Amino acid sequence: MQFTATLLATIGKLLSGATVRWFDSQPDTCQRVYFANHTSHLDALIVWSSLPREVRELTRPVAAKDYWAKGWLRPYIAREFNAILIDREEIKVHQSPIDMMLREMGNTHSVIVFPEGTRNIDEEMGDFKSGLYYLGKKRPDLELVPVYIENLNRVLPRGEFLPVPLLSCITFGPPMWLEPKEPKVEFLKRAREAVRRLKDL
Amino acid sequence: MDLSWYLPLMQLSQLTQLSGTELDFRTKVLLAVVLGLLLAAWGIGWALKRQPESTASPAVVRTFNLRVRSWLLMFGVLIFSFLLGYGVTVTLFGLISFWALREFITMTPTRRGDHRTLFWTFVVFTPLQYVLVGVGEYCYQIYTVLIPVYATLIIPARIALSGDPKRFLERVAKIQAGLLICVYSLSHAPALLSLDLKEFQRPVAKGTVSNTENGGTAVSVAETNEIPMDGSIVEPPVEKPAATTNNGILKPAVAARDYSNAGLLFYFILIVQVNDVLQYGWGKLLGKQVIAPNINASRTWEGLIGGVLSTMLIGASLWFVTPFTPWEGACLAGIAASMGSAGGLVMSAIKRDRGVTDYGTLVQGHAGVLDRIDSLCFAAPIFFHLTRFVLYMHAAAG
Repeated sequence: MQFTATLLATIGKLLSGATVRWFDSQPDTCQRVYFANHTSHLDALIVWSSLPREVRELTRPVAAKDYWAKGWLRPYIAREFNAILIDREEIKVHQSPIDMMLREMGNTHSVIVFPEGTRNIDEEMGDFKSGLYYLGKKRPDLELVPVYIENLNRVLPRGEFLPVPLLSCITFGPPMWLEPKEPKVEFLKRAREAVRRLKDL
Repeated sequence: MDLSWYLPLMQLSQLTQLSGTELDFRTKVLLAVVLGLLLAAWGIGWALKRQPESTASPAVVRTFNLRVRSWLLMFGVLIFSFLLGYGVTVTLFGLISFWALREFITMTPTRRGDHRTLFWTFVVFTPLQYVLVGVGEYCYQIYTVLIPVYATLIIPARIALSGDPKRFLERVAKIQAGLLICVYSLSHAPALLSLDLKEFQRPVAKGTVSNTENGGTAVSVAETNEIPMDGSIVEPPVEKPAATTNNGILKPAVAARDYSNAGLLFYFILIVQVNDVLQYGWGKLLGKQVIAPNINASRTWEGLIGGVLSTMLIGASLWFVTPFTPWEGACLAGIAASMGSAGGLVMSAIKRDRGVTDYGTLVQGHAGVLDRIDSLCFAAPIFFHLTRFVLYMHAAAG
């Protein structure tokens, strides 16, 4: 399972020349939700490959089913990375994406999510969708780790398929949790700020 | 049958040969001395670090140690690539160019519309330039114009096709400047390796008369590969020593005094690096008048002039590894040193301009390659062309 994924991660790393920085946090195998700004197709790949091997093996990217289930290549890649595919179109009450993610995570896996929902076109980050809040609410033990991805949108912008090998930077911030009785809007704003703060460090 | 199209391919095949880049005895001595001095400096730095109560300030010691370590790495890698051969050395410079261009474009803001152009820049122009340089003298007329003419015109055309007019000229100029400084200029350093020193140096000493008459490189290329221009395969002249035909680089005949191209390249790099050090030293000793305080507060006129003059002395005294006379060595070293200093100042200006906005964090872990090679980039093309000119004058003087 890991071979194609490791190969792709190595190529991606070389192409994106990614520097990895950890600010007030350390790589750990405990269950975590890595949430990052979304600017490029390479995001999940590069964040995944910037984790140490033993952490990487336990970490699964979360991706959209409508996109990653098409054709033969995308499902293959999704399988190689052990991705959790979420149905964006048919969200049912009895099978909410959050429940499904938590089921897939079990008691061992960590996940990489992009709370903006889609790749943003300009530099400015979009508003966070509420999934992160519900994850934090249903599993208060999960560490929520903000990740800021810089310059990958120049390596492979939306709508392009050939990457330009510039240098990029992945910054992991200190873990955060949902405070007791914290309102949804407040929390999402705080989470978004936690990601954006890493840009200026 | 016309076989002339085949010649560039023959030249290309020499890139894959793992024969050592030939070093003459004098160059070997110089390499050993420089390596020895660097190791001694490393030892001194290590000793200074172990004695915190010494007079030198810890910051200076740290800078010194970092510098010495990066030179050791630089010269170590260079010598190692010489040992591995011509193709490896050219490839090494290609990779350095690639990384420098990466740093340059990363710190320069581009727009979405530039993406495809940048792809061309990285994937086509950069490798192509080095392949042509690797082919050597035969492609001289192409690799000296590939980027200044072809790329310079194709870049604005491709950006215009993307349909984004915003700050058009500025975006075009940024990519052109990056390609010109990081790729085109630096590629003239390994181009020194394919200069046919003996062709220029000793036309009389050669076995055949045709070469002296033509003085052209195409003929010598053909002769080295035993394929004359008319396409018929002939036996090599018997009196030609076998050793000269099977080494990696074009060496048609033996001269009384051999110079190695690797020695010339090493001389050039050493001169430019030494100038950087001397300039720093003179600046610390005598520096009063800062050249451009807004660009770089540590570069002074005293440092510049002192550095260039003392580099000229060193360049003249190292004439024995080059085909130059001491006077020519002094002049070329002086010009290379001045261009190198100009390069450092230009790159400082670019960095200072970017530093105001969003340089800083992004390249933090990476910054370095461009900082180390800025002076080499600016000095390389001028040194290359002047060397050609000097050699040509030697050949003309007979």
